[in-house]
Amino acid sequence: MIENYKEKIPAPLLDKYLKLTKDMKLTKDQEKKILDKLEKEYNNAKIAPGESIGVITAESFGEPGTQMTLNVFHFAGVAEVQVTLGLPRLIELFDARKTVSTPAMEVFLDKKYSDNQATVKKVAALIKETKFREVVSSFSINVLNLQVECELNKKNIRDLKIKEDEIVEALNKGLKGVNVKLVNKGDSIVLKPNSEELKDVYKLKEKAKDVFVRGIPGVTQVLPVMQGNEFVILTAGSNLKEVIKIPEVDETRTKSNNMFEMHDVFGIEVARNNIIEEAQKVIQNQGLDVDIRHIMFIADIMCATGEIKGITRSGITGEKESVLARASFETPIKHIIDASLVGEIDTLNSVIENVILNQPVPLGTGLPGLVVKMAGEVENEKSTRSNKK
Amino acid sequence: MVETKNIDYTKHVLTPKHIKMDEKEIEELLSKYNISKKQLPRILREDPAIAEMDLKKGDIIKIIRKSETTKEAIYYRVVID
Repeated sequence: MIENYKEKIPAPLLDKYLKLTKDMKLTKDQEKKILDKLEKEYNNAKIAPGESIGVITAESFGEPGTQMTLNVFHFAGVAEVQVTLGLPRLIELFDARKTVSTPAMEVFLDKKYSDNQATVKKVAALIKETKFREVVSSFSINVLNLQVECELNKKNIRDLKIKEDEIVEALNKGLKGVNVKLVNKGDSIVLKPNSEELKDVYKLKEKAKDVFVRGIPGVTQVLPVMQGNEFVILTAGSNLKEVIKIPEVDETRTKSNNMFEMHDVFGIEVARNNIIEEAQKVIQNQGLDVDIRHIMFIADIMCATGEIKGITRSGITGEKESVLARASFETPIKHIIDASLVGEIDTLNSVIENVILNQPVPLGTGLPGLVVKMAGEVENEKSTRSNKK
Repeated sequence: MVETKNIDYTKHVLTPKHIKMDEKEIEELLSKYNISKKQLPRILREDPAIAEMDLKKGDIIKIIRKSETTKEAIYYRVVID
């Protein structure tokens, strides 16, 4: 019985029907009646061809948007990584900005490591970008010997599980033409430049502070948190490509909030899902409710060309065929001048250009044209003509 | 990070199933919706999800997405360079 309706009614509706009628002892006739009614209602609820769903979507986002917080600085919970939320984030998402204002990642670990706190801490330390200044407690300049003396911060070194040799190696790599030496049984590091000028020693001191020691460039903060029954590492700053190369990291679940990173690493379909997830996160976080179909629609349009296009004049709006449609969005004069220089033709196929020209728009009842079915052969045509006369 | 790891970029939880369509299926699809290939959404050939497949420009990929509203939703993308 149910099988006949699988094609006609979507699966979630059928599941709901089965759940509701489980305990009722329905006869075949009754079942058929209900399912027929369900199918009818479902078809009635469908959007009609020619409906302007774009405008409906815009309104559905616009109204809740007025209630969103305009404050950029928000903490998603206590002692967590700072994330942009509310309207600024939503604008950033739909404009498809290349750089996210607060990049973040959710790093999952392989199931066998994820409940072991020690391993999680170790991986977190590996991910975090460590600069030389974080492992040094004080820098001092020795004017007599023209060298920089850096006293190492033993506690930080222990916490980060870095070996002193690693630091020396990193310094050798990061600073060219500098003599790096470990002194005082590994308690401090002496940097001696080749130059004999004091000015260069000062410069070296500043340069050394920013030498990259270990970790993944771009990740400034790490925070392991319990999610369900496993640890997840939340990060501030993102570098998805490098993070998934770490052996303990589960590359199938790790996510970034930058859709371009997701697109580069996993492909367009993942980027689309990422946009939907991120938009839903913003909306739910604000206690608002926008139907997921609207979000899916926007995400589909943004990803239709195989690359991510934002809803801006350089994105999808800039790719519209009609000159007048482009001009009506932003920078009208530029578009009209450009079009007139190359002799562009506007075929007036869409809505906005017809509104400008005061013509019926191809929407709703304006969409269908009249199709005449020519009956019979050419001879008949003649006869019908003569009949009319 | 010295150890190298084999990463399968097509196995992410958010990646839906990508299937290459054969000629017959493509014809059926295009005649069903009365469209040309140009009107379909596109996908780059170097997209990580299909990079391993043997594809050429103009092939159509059938994508079976998980959907909240219909459980499974089918989407089509045409391969471009």
